[in-house]
Amino acid sequence: MIFSTKVGISGYGAYVPVYRVRDSEIERIWGGEGAPVEEKSVPGLDEDSLTMAFEAAREALTMSGVNREDVGAVLVGSESPPYAVKPSATVISEALGVTPKVIAIDMEFACKAGTTALILASALVASKAIKCGLAIGTDNAQAKPGDELEYTAGAGAAAFLISELSSDSVAEIECAFSYVTDTPDFWRREGEKYPRHTYRFTGEPAYFHHVISAAKGLMEEVGLKPSDFDYVVFHQPNVRFPLRAAQQLGFSTERVKPGIVCDKIGNTYAASSLIGLVRVLDQAKPGQRILVVSFGSGAGSDAISLVTREGVGKRRSSLSTLLERKIYVDYGAYTKLKGLLG
Amino acid sequence: MKRVYILGAGATKVGEHWDKSLRELAVEALLSAIKDAGIDKREVEALYVGNMMSGELQGQEHLGSLIATWSGMAGIPAFKVEAACASGGAAVHQAFLAVASGAYDCVAVVGVEKMTDALPSDVTAALLTAEDQEYTVFVGATFVALNAMVYRYYLSKYGVKQEHVAQFAVHCHRMAVANPYAQFRREVKLEDVMSSPLIADPIRLLECAPTGDGAAALVLCDEEYLKRNPRDELVEIAASAAATDIFSVHERKDLSTVASFRRAAECALKRAKVEPERIDVLEAHDAFTILGVLTLEELGFAPRGEGWRLVVEGQLAPGGKIPTNTMGGLKARGHPVGATGVYQVFDLFTQLTERAGSNQVDNAEIGFAGNFGGVAGTTVVHLLKRVR
Amino acid sequence: MVWSESVPRFWRERARKYRLVGGRCRKCNSIVYPHRSVCPHCGAENMEPIELPRRGKVVTFSVVRHPPRGFEGKEPFLVAVIELENGARVLSQLVDVHPEDVKEGMEVVAVFRRYREQAPNGIIEYGIKFRPLK
Repeated sequence: MIFSTKVGISGYGAYVPVYRVRDSEIERIWGGEGAPVEEKSVPGLDEDSLTMAFEAAREALTMSGVNREDVGAVLVGSESPPYAVKPSATVISEALGVTPKVIAIDMEFACKAGTTALILASALVASKAIKCGLAIGTDNAQAKPGDELEYTAGAGAAAFLISELSSDSVAEIECAFSYVTDTPDFWRREGEKYPRHTYRFTGEPAYFHHVISAAKGLMEEVGLKPSDFDYVVFHQPNVRFPLRAAQQLGFSTERVKPGIVCDKIGNTYAASSLIGLVRVLDQAKPGQRILVVSFGSGAGSDAISLVTREGVGKRRSSLSTLLERKIYVDYGAYTKLKGLLG
Repeated sequence: MKRVYILGAGATKVGEHWDKSLRELAVEALLSAIKDAGIDKREVEALYVGNMMSGELQGQEHLGSLIATWSGMAGIPAFKVEAACASGGAAVHQAFLAVASGAYDCVAVVGVEKMTDALPSDVTAALLTAEDQEYTVFVGATFVALNAMVYRYYLSKYGVKQEHVAQFAVHCHRMAVANPYAQFRREVKLEDVMSSPLIADPIRLLECAPTGDGAAALVLCDEEYLKRNPRDELVEIAASAAATDIFSVHERKDLSTVASFRRAAECALKRAKVEPERIDVLEAHDAFTILGVLTLEELGFAPRGEGWRLVVEGQLAPGGKIPTNTMGGLKARGHPVGATGVYQVFDLFTQLTERAGSNQVDNAEIGFAGNFGGVAGTTVVHLLKRVR
Repeated sequence: MVWSESVPRFWRERARKYRLVGGRCRKCNSIVYPHRSVCPHCGAENMEPIELPRRGKVVTFSVVRHPPRGFEGKEPFLVAVIELENGARVLSQLVDVHPEDVKEGMEVVAVFRRYREQAPNGIIEYGIKFRPLK
């Protein structure tokens, strides 16, 4: 899809909690081998997807310089809201000071909700229904202790302030393409604490089919080819998947590596591809094209093409600081932080 | 204003009274004070009950009527007086005003707290009702933590060593040995205090007043009533004053001073026409050791940041420069919260009537008590004079 | 306790708790947290609400090792008096730091965090805490 009016990112932000647990520490307890990432982020006892979303959103709003009253939408994509019923979006909006004249909604599509929020915010701005909109992807991923998900289930958030394209924009949101099917590779039933997944079924028919179809769909629709992109960012449940997806689509490894953060923070679910995008925007120069492809179980992918503008590089997010700022915890402290001690 | 005298005093031992209820403790202390006064309880015209936490810990309010009834005094006006840890002092203040104003000739006051009915976490929560629920309790600060922040600030500001302040607890324990009403009649060493568990850094367990049950009572009367019911050793409440400070510690301009105490003390000393150096016995509100040291500094017994010297030099013992907490103070006599202010007056009365045994301060003429509520958001002080 | 599970009570404070809304006295210029109608320092009934700066430094602090109700299982945690850039003081928690690494004068910045849950099935009360700036 191509937006009727040109829209762009005027501010962005990311959040990663300070705590980390090394996968070798999880292996020590559960005896696993060949961990998919090096270490992952762990939220503090007082953090959840809502608080992380706020931190990322506040950074995006501050960077944009946009007036609070101009924020017409706060769209929060997450699969780990603190409440089953009661929106995170209202708390975040109130804390940001953008209430009450705002479209505020929580959105769920496993790890894809964040990019879908970005597309919808862009569409709302493009249609001139609102002046600016905040799109947030945030998750505090839960995994059953000992489950293979535990090695990667991380925590983090990313947020983007979308406005009509201007000379000050960080990047233009060029076009988007969504691809969904009913593919149950991963789910969590109402009232269940931990999700279930289907092991190797989450690969070929789920992740790769949707990611590749969405990326190809986008390129075909607007007539772009892999060589037109300077960077490509995929949803990163582990380090292997995005590299393999890049290879299958014909992107060189150099294009995908700059956006990979999951080796250091794990899989941040709805924030995963968006934190990758923040990482890329923090190092991009004006006039570069970026492809972002999310993947959400259930299943679907959003592919979004962005072109950086003059605003990029003028302001950076705090992501590189957040990636460096860490307090390592052992498995005992990790279980306390995750609230597993009851 | 009429002059107000202490006609009688009584108390229970402070401790873990598993077999006694709040009302039984209050009745015991009250009747013992009336007995000490040598009058018929039907002579008492009004009753003031000092208590902080009965609503939280016993689910029991309306203590005035309850205690009056259980003491066989139903019919008289009777009220609970609450001002956090200064509830006892505030009740004495109200009783004092009632007599001083001429409204009554003879009144009774009893301070009571029954803390061992509840779990420690519930006691913590109940004590915290003295603080701002919306902006202090909300952030998880405990009562100990608030005092600990004052303590840390003081230690840094003046470069004082914690063990010098902590010595206050050692002194109090030494004094309590000879007090039959004290909760802890045993000495502690400074090493024990400094190696006791941290409760809220830097405050350690043995720097905190203990949890306990107890009740103390007084009978107050005016001069005419006294003439009709004379007693040998006579003590006058020469001044009763109270003051408040800005409620929350973080909003105060200075964390290392106790403004409400300074204000109330100045007022009481002025009314009684007494200079601080004439004080023979001092009752300090040492819920935490730091508060004992701050009390000494506020009264001018030591410059700011140097109150600890009096403690370390042994000047708080009978015979020292300023005998303080000679019956054990909050630390060792005990701190049944709403009763503490009355216990302080009871302990001064004990000294001024020469009943303090081996802890007796020779020729004690003037006693002074400071009772803090919250982190001294309220202070009530009493200045007692022996009448010869 | 009735009072610890009151929803309206938390709700009406939300702006002050979420956005550090303090009050500036138009008469004596004191800045206090939270905002209220009367200045606690000079008594003037002339306070205006202002959002307080998010940066400050630690004036004093303590480590809560015996938590009050509502904070069970979170101990040990840090509480501190923070002096903000405009001189206003707030009482808050310090997070993302080991107690032994905290120093008086340490620079801190506001973060948005959970404070307590009214009950396992009750509302979650959020508010501002502080973390080290560096």
